[in-house]
Amino acid sequence: MKFKSVFDIIGPVMIGPSSSHTAGAARIGRAARNLFGREPKWINVHLYGSFAKTYKGHGTDVAIVGGLLDYDTFDTRISSSLETAKEKKIKVSFFEEDAHTDHPNTARIKIGDDDGDLELVGISIGGGMAEITELNGFELRLSGSHPAILLIHNDRYGAIASVTSILAKHEINIGHMEVSRKEQGKEALMVIEVDQNVDDVVLKELERADHILQVAKIVD
Amino acid sequence: MFRNVAELVELAESEGIQISEVMIRQEMEVRERTREEVVGQMERNLDVMEKAVEDGLKGVKSHSGLTGGDAVLIQKYMQEKEPLSGNLLMDAVSKAVATNEVNAAMGTICATPTAGSAGCVPGTLFAVKNKLNPTREQMVRYLFTSGAFGFVVANNASISGAAGGCQAEVGSAAGMAAAAIVEMAGGTPSQSAEAMAITLKNMLGLVCDPVAGLVEVPCVKRNAMGASNAVVAADMALAGVTSRIPCDEVIDAMYKIGQTMPVALRETAQGGLAATPTGRELEAKVYGISLKKE
Repeated sequence: MKFKSVFDIIGPVMIGPSSSHTAGAARIGRAARNLFGREPKWINVHLYGSFAKTYKGHGTDVAIVGGLLDYDTFDTRISSSLETAKEKKIKVSFFEEDAHTDHPNTARIKIGDDDGDLELVGISIGGGMAEITELNGFELRLSGSHPAILLIHNDRYGAIASVTSILAKHEINIGHMEVSRKEQGKEALMVIEVDQNVDDVVLKELERADHILQVAKIVD
Repeated sequence: MFRNVAELVELAESEGIQISEVMIRQEMEVRERTREEVVGQMERNLDVMEKAVEDGLKGVKSHSGLTGGDAVLIQKYMQEKEPLSGNLLMDAVSKAVATNEVNAAMGTICATPTAGSAGCVPGTLFAVKNKLNPTREQMVRYLFTSGAFGFVVANNASISGAAGGCQAEVGSAAGMAAAAIVEMAGGTPSQSAEAMAITLKNMLGLVCDPVAGLVEVPCVKRNAMGASNAVVAADMALAGVTSRIPCDEVIDAMYKIGQTMPVALRETAQGGLAATPTGRELEAKVYGISLKKE
């Protein structure tokens, strides 16, 4: 079931005008921001399907950039996010793509600064709900609406066990988990949706675990 | 956990509780939250809806200038004349319009189930309220009942205009509202399901064709008609009228219709009203250019 809570239906409280094109888009932007962990210096957004056709009318551009500035769906600052980005000297570009995608409301967001970059694909599935379907080339399925931990690790035995045992020790329950890799024995990605927010202490411990290369978290 | 309307009604009737209570208990279980937390969050959503209706009735205007002010016109008409369709119906219509006008003006709203269809549930609620005099708790329950039916649609079909057309948005919203009206008026859980079925049946095939891609034309007026559809269907269900096609099958039909709907009619501003001469003219006026791709 994609929708688990009554508040996915009666909610979110948001700035209009479109839950798919504004709230869902803001959530995709905010997921990218959370994963990047800091304010990017440049933003490239590629829009597909209905997003590409109607983004100006719905304020999808404003919403995605608002999310990248770490605004929530109900934050009234969303409506002036493009001006804010300009003042902060963040370079923002939008690209309307013709390519067909599985979902009509798809955005590919590439962000970065001098120290690194990130590429993420998100879809807005209706009612303000969003899913992350791709991160730095890894396929995944992540609803941006639960706290989640993302770990890049070496594709070796014991990597997953070392992570889950740390979570068990801290009494953190796993709601949904996925592992994907581009190639056997190389870098792999672990996505773990949890029920409660995870402390930084736990993240530090996860970073030191066997075969773990990088850790990031998404907060509800 | 209920997966469809049949299970939802069965759960409520076997335990002798309301649909809203089934939804509250499920939410507490799934999210591991207390009743106070769950009900409290819904109360805050109710506050947002009430504020949006108030703002809309004072009169708002969207940035594009395409919508705004109609809620005020209808309320004024109601004060000066006796509406042919009745005060309650026109009150629901004006409050649904008020909510969507606030949404179009980039004001704060609560998506029910989406922003484009945010008018039907609060519009009917704040109109029926004047007739049934519910407690604040019963008003919060109205939202849980709406949410329970929306939950089934979202998981078994779609609530996205881009995926399923306007039938998935305003159609779902109107059905949710109809079911909630029935519960507030003292109807049974199965009468709620009949009201949802009757409403949604009459919204099947409704396309999503917003002019200039904006959630304004015809979205605001579709919420008006969705709200009135909900009130009429609720009355029919309360009278004992049933749907020959069960609610779950209507939802499934809606889903399948959405899947076969052309892309031009699913929130791309390429067909329907968006592609009419006046639709294109308005679009050019809003952007200075046309969204039409050669």
